[in-house]
Amino acid sequence: MKKYYCFFKLRFATGLQYRMASVTALTTQLIWGLMECLAYKAIAEASGDNLPMNYSSIVTYIWLKEAFLVLVNTWASDNDLFAMIANGNISYELCRPVSIYSMWFSRVFGARIAEALMRCIPVLLCAFLMPEPYKMTLPVNGVSFLLFLVTLFLALGITVTFIMLVFMLCFFTISPQGWRMVLTGAVDFLSGNIIPLPFFPKKYLFFVEISPFAYMQNVPFRIYSGDLAGGEIYQCILRQIFWLVTLMILGVVLWKQAEKRVVVQGG
Amino acid sequence: MKMKENIKLYIKYASVCTQSVMEYKLSFLLMITARFILAFCELIAIKFLFSGFTQIKGYTYGDVLLCFSVVQMSFTFAELFGNGFKVFSGMVKGGEFDRMMVRPRSLILQIIGSRFEVGRTGPLLTALITLVLGIRYSQITWNVITVWTMAAMIIGGMLLFIGLFMLEATFCFFSIEDTSLMNVLTYGAKTHGKYPIDIYGKGILRFCTYVIPYTLIQYYPLQFLLGKTHNWYLAFYPLGIIVFLFICNFIWRFGVKRYKSCGS
Repeated sequence: MKKYYCFFKLRFATGLQYRMASVTALTTQLIWGLMECLAYKAIAEASGDNLPMNYSSIVTYIWLKEAFLVLVNTWASDNDLFAMIANGNISYELCRPVSIYSMWFSRVFGARIAEALMRCIPVLLCAFLMPEPYKMTLPVNGVSFLLFLVTLFLALGITVTFIMLVFMLCFFTISPQGWRMVLTGAVDFLSGNIIPLPFFPKKYLFFVEISPFAYMQNVPFRIYSGDLAGGEIYQCILRQIFWLVTLMILGVVLWKQAEKRVVVQGG
Repeated sequence: MKMKENIKLYIKYASVCTQSVMEYKLSFLLMITARFILAFCELIAIKFLFSGFTQIKGYTYGDVLLCFSVVQMSFTFAELFGNGFKVFSGMVKGGEFDRMMVRPRSLILQIIGSRFEVGRTGPLLTALITLVLGIRYSQITWNVITVWTMAAMIIGGMLLFIGLFMLEATFCFFSIEDTSLMNVLTYGAKTHGKYPIDIYGKGILRFCTYVIPYTLIQYYPLQFLLGKTHNWYLAFYPLGIIVFLFICNFIWRFGVKRYKSCGS
């Protein structure tokens, strides 16, 4: 366990080295968030009572999305690892007396937390200081804030296990980047990154809710704003745990298969 | 004569780039599919949103689809032809740009020619589907001037985005900082430009007219196309992009003049 903790710490430290949370990155995110807020304002006016979430919940959802972008997105994955698979450096990793799955899992997990910690604070600070309709709200109460943190952590776990699955699938092909883009493209939509899941019509929502994708960013962000409340929360947490375990087992099984047939083509 | 030669050279560049991509067919197909899926998801998102209402600030579903299609198409064409500017910082770092400067051919031609990327065309399919849907849902009387408006919006949009990529590339000469702020102007405009700009309010509309002229290819001609106004001259607003392109070219030349190789 200690060695995995070390990988986690190492990545965490390197992540902090990049002081990329520069002013430009922050400005970009703020403009992006504001544009979305404005678009939903027009949508809220157009739909009146039909709006599936109230406007302040949507605004909070948007800002949380911007703040924790690096934590729960599926498309920005550790490119070093893909490069390793493609250029053959994977053989060094194979020599290490640790399980690749656990090592890479801790690595991605750590990098994401480090980057998110750096990025979220300025974004959240600005979001709280926005003028009225576009201002981010405080969590509805202390309990829901705690549940937000718990579910965010689980959501991160599910996201990382999903990314690990993509990594593992890359061992079976010679064009990993293409597969990665195909696999993560739709997930971005299904996890509620383009429009929040409550905007999905009921019959489609059903299919999303039996997939793991509804338990990534959708759950924590909606608990925070009080859009998701009551018994539903606990059901969501149970499903999050279920998917976390399932995807992890799947990933490990796939890794065992991949390990047997890794072919390093020179390099 | 020079022009003819340049076009020939560009076609040569494009065919070589395409051939090299085709060596990895699976990879190419996956890239195209992935980009198609990404754009298609955005189309579905619009459809889902419109299940809750019929009009947004006076624009119907069909109107928004047309707008989405135009912007998506412009951006895709811009990425296809102007990809060289997008990856320009890599060319500078790798010393490729230095090599280009000693060749007796136009710099811009070499930059955009050497990175012609067919794999970028994925969203085109989505844009075409959207266009067909948009035409079916909206009541536009098609005649010479409306067809011209539509075509001018797409081509003007393409040139606008190429101009922005050019500005982004010019930034490499002045600063080594990352250019994520430029991404707002390119990717941001593509993502948020799916709605007619006036839904974002007066302030944004002004910015998109006087700072970066997005409205010339989107909002104003769209008003005419959708029959919201009979001012026919709005159909010729996309021509204004030519001026914008001249300004971009001027800044680019200024940048090239200042350029000092960093060696490598």
